Amino acid sequence: MSATPTLWSITRRSLAKDLRLEWRSKDAINSMLFFALLVVVIFSFGFDPTAEESRRIAGGLLWVAVLFATVVALNQTWTRELRNQVLDAYRLSPAPPQALFLSKTIANYLFVAILEMLMVPLFVVFYNLRSVGPVWQLLVVAALATWALVVNGTFFAALSIRTRSREIMLPLILFPISIPALLAMVDATTSILTGDNSPYFWMRLLAVYDVVFTAVSLLLFEPVLNAE
Amino acid sequence: MDSPVNDTVPAQPAVELHDVARHFGRFAALRGITADFAAGRMHVLLGENGAGKSTLLRVMAGLLAPTRGKVRVLGATKQREVATRFGYMGHAPLLYDELSAIENLAYFAALYGIHDEERCAEAIRTVGLDPKLERRVGQYSQGMRQRISLARAIVHQPELLFLDEPFSNVDIRSARQMTALLAAMRDAGTTIFVVTHQAALMESVADECMVLEAGRMVAREKGIPARLLSPYAVAVRA
Repeated sequence: MSATPTLWSITRRSLAKDLRLEWRSKDAINSMLFFALLVVVIFSFGFDPTAEESRRIAGGLLWVAVLFATVVALNQTWTRELRNQVLDAYRLSPAPPQALFLSKTIANYLFVAILEMLMVPLFVVFYNLRSVGPVWQLLVVAALATWALVVNGTFFAALSIRTRSREIMLPLILFPISIPALLAMVDATTSILTGDNSPYFWMRLLAVYDVVFTAVSLLLFEPVLNAE
Repeated sequence: MDSPVNDTVPAQPAVELHDVARHFGRFAALRGITADFAAGRMHVLLGENGAGKSTLLRVMAGLLAPTRGKVRVLGATKQREVATRFGYMGHAPLLYDELSAIENLAYFAALYGIHDEERCAEAIRTVGLDPKLERRVGQYSQGMRQRISLARAIVHQPELLFLDEPFSNVDIRSARQMTALLAAMRDAGTTIFVVTHQAALMESVADECMVLEAGRMVAREKGIPARLLSPYAVAVRA
């Protein structure tokens, strides 16, 4: 029966639709996995670190690999909405624009989280990694860092969908604005792995970054969606 | 151009255009169109490729903002305020290829707050297809995709419908079925705008037609006159 479409009802519905589309096409997951696997293997050939050196560099290697793989997924996110001009059907509906943004962000978060779950064991094996600090802190950093990457990425991917070279435009816009988050996630991860410093400052920075960019993206998404 | 149709017109036009222009860079797709369109009628837009028909439809639906002028749809100047009351079928199908027909409709109906799968199935039956088809829309023929696209546009039972070339790639029998469906909807009070190159299909059901040429409305007539039935007979200025 007909009821006013709410933010959460449309977010849930759009998320279910996105997961179903990805399950059937596997566009994002396959390309991300392939890319990330290549990065891990090539890095492992390029370096032959000791266990101590591994702890110092693994944070940087891991997050750079995740960032690049995320960009691959982000490019897919909006491409399927442009096919058959499906985005127009959403724009014409009374559904809140922010619901589309949230559903895409959550879907990307899940895809990147799956990627990380598959990549981390590979890193542990290839780089002989053992964390000095508590593992639960690594999980918190991963959760905050992944959100930082996908919330910005989803927003800027939407911003660049109507540009001609969107696959180049996205990293050009996304990477500079992700530098504070990237710095925080790498330093927090290295701090936990080596046990040298407290990671809390960097974790707080990541949390603030997440809150600020989520709020700004939600506020600005409607004009981005309706841009011609 | 004011309406030449002299039948009794309801007080509130479905769509009002005042000096509407739309430019893409230096190219003027629409050049100062002024017109009122009565509610509960079948309005057919004719014209050559590039005349501005689809642009006009997109401007009326709110997908494009006019560069100049005012558009009022169902009494509102912001189409979003009346989004639940109109439907749009575009040149592209506006469907996900990886979903089945019923999955597509269930999703788009949900965007209008409709969570009744039987209503989606009914919309699919209305356009002459079987809602139990499990094939994904990407595997449908062009004609079937057009019909599912029409089902998507009408699933929320709008009172105003914008259709951009609904008969392209549709076989003649199916096109006639779609025309009969549109006529029945018009008779039930729905206002319908159809952009088409196949004027003959709309001959028996059109209440009026407008001819666009180079972004201007150059003719507006009751029904579809015989001279406009040939697909290439659009040079009506003389």
